[in-house]
Amino acid sequence: MAEPPGFLTATINSIANWSRYNSSWGATFGLACCAIEMMHTGAAHNDLARFGMEVFRASPRQADLMIVAGRVSQKMAPVLRQVYDQMPEPKWVISMGACASSGGMFNNYALVQGVDQVVPVDVYVPGCPPGPQSLMHAILTLHEGIKSGEFVRV
Amino acid sequence: MTDEVTTEEEATEAPHPAPSETERRQLHDMWASGTEEPAWVVASTAEGAQLMLPRDQATGEDVAGEGGTLVVDDRLFEDEAAEAETTILNMGPQHPSTHGVLRLQLELEGEVIRRVKPVIGYLHTGMEKTGETLTFLQGPTNVTRMDYLAPFHNELCFSLATEALLGIELPPRAEAIRVLMTELNRVSSHLTWVATQGMDLGAVSMMIYGIRERELLLAFFEKTTGLRMNHNYIRPGGVAADLPDGWEEDVVGILEGIPKGLSDYHDLLTNNPIFLGRTQGVGVITSEECFAYGITGPPLRATGVDWDLRKTQPYSGIEQYEFDVPLGENGDVYDRYTVRMEEMVQSLRIVSQVLETMPDGDYRTTDLKVTPPPRKRIDESMEALIHHFKIFTEGFKVPAGEHYQAIEGPRGELGHYLVSVGEAKPWRLHCRTPSFAAIQSLPIMMGDQLIADSIAVIASIDPVLGDVDR
Repeated sequence: MAEPPGFLTATINSIANWSRYNSSWGATFGLACCAIEMMHTGAAHNDLARFGMEVFRASPRQADLMIVAGRVSQKMAPVLRQVYDQMPEPKWVISMGACASSGGMFNNYALVQGVDQVVPVDVYVPGCPPGPQSLMHAILTLHEGIKSGEFVRV
Repeated sequence: MTDEVTTEEEATEAPHPAPSETERRQLHDMWASGTEEPAWVVASTAEGAQLMLPRDQATGEDVAGEGGTLVVDDRLFEDEAAEAETTILNMGPQHPSTHGVLRLQLELEGEVIRRVKPVIGYLHTGMEKTGETLTFLQGPTNVTRMDYLAPFHNELCFSLATEALLGIELPPRAEAIRVLMTELNRVSSHLTWVATQGMDLGAVSMMIYGIRERELLLAFFEKTTGLRMNHNYIRPGGVAADLPDGWEEDVVGILEGIPKGLSDYHDLLTNNPIFLGRTQGVGVITSEECFAYGITGPPLRATGVDWDLRKTQPYSGIEQYEFDVPLGENGDVYDRYTVRMEEMVQSLRIVSQVLETMPDGDYRTTDLKVTPPPRKRIDESMEALIHHFKIFTEGFKVPAGEHYQAIEGPRGELGHYLVSVGEAKPWRLHCRTPSFAAIQSLPIMMGDQLIADSIAVIASIDPVLGDVDR
């Protein structure tokens, strides 16, 4: 049997996107109730490691994806923006839960009514809090977007 | 009652000068065309210095105020510390070991912590104010999101306060269901604590094991209430729905599954010399200091004080079940660990008694003004339709009065203070939360300890920042 040819052809973009979606490391940005469900998603029962995402980096310098898990108060918003700015490009944001997406049930003086006022958001996850399955669906949606080049942040 | 409250409001309202014409113009420009904030706006809304001052500039009053209390700790004023070279380190609010968004400012002398200043408010959600815009029936939806690791306790506390104002009695089954859910919730909360306590001290696998057992409980909560967290299940007048069919098997599964997990934890942590070395004698607090700072729950019981509101001020018929209150001796991180581990066993003991003695009957009160009618009756009876409509639009009116209800949450005394002026919404909701009191004890527990121990101390008081800031 003849040996297969010793090279593959691909565009740089598709290879870069392939590697990006297969190891999109998250920055730990747990804020409230959703952070507990984010922990559950990362733990053994739901096992985010299947998607190359078991590593949550404490340093934003090593993270590609920020999962905003919980309600963002007016006091926290500048911190959130700073963490986002410290992440290297390309970077993505998932807004987890009703509070992060729209302020949720708390339409009052204290909360930012949607984290998209502070950082650009790629995927919104509904729920209060969203279960691990919802978060995983959002992560897979994001992966599809990164793979196809739909979500570009460069 | 109405008149009293109104006069009090007028008396305490600070006089606020109306802005002048120039100021009004500046404000208009600021909002309309995005010009810079005028200096007087900045000055009038400034919250004062947020940063910890260097030691040579900080007065004794500054240092005393850093812990948010006037109890002065002599250890903070040692002369040799003042002369030494120190560094101020900021920790948080985005830090994995602060259990949310707690921010600490530490003054370090080498590896030793000399001063600690907690900064809170990064998760302030305005829930007490939001509580004034929701009816008493909607109230649990709001408070359940405060301490998100103990949602049932928050709901129960709010419901008990409302029921005390309404003056209604509950059927025994409703009370038993409440005890069942809150005690299971205590276990699930402590499981999260043991997972994070282990992870913070380097036993990362502990995280996976703790969450593994917690999934058992969350599956049961989801089956019963429809949600894994933030259930809104315990409501004024009873609970939202009866227990699902086959709940006994689920509870038996929990009663078998959790003790297996607990024995794993003992193998991993209690018999682990590294864990013992990092927890024994670390973060000591005395019972007198606990009283001074208002600390309750496991940190207080770890100092040997027998104070559990389930025994001293029983609620929801919890006095009919047998259980012990585990106590510690030294008030260090290790004692808090043993107290919580034993509390899980005792909670499961209560759950097994509830399982055997669960009474039949209604799961909510039959008071038509509080409990919505069954769905079927709405098709048959005009009165039922009207009651249903009124309860869910206007809400039920609660007689004027005020009530403070305290229960034993997983973190200590959880209290809700409700003021009603006879309307369908509370006039004021105030929450006394255990984490808030525990946070201000950090300067005592962490003073003169190594910086690595601060992680063990933070985890050991099990703070939930939603509970602190609310």
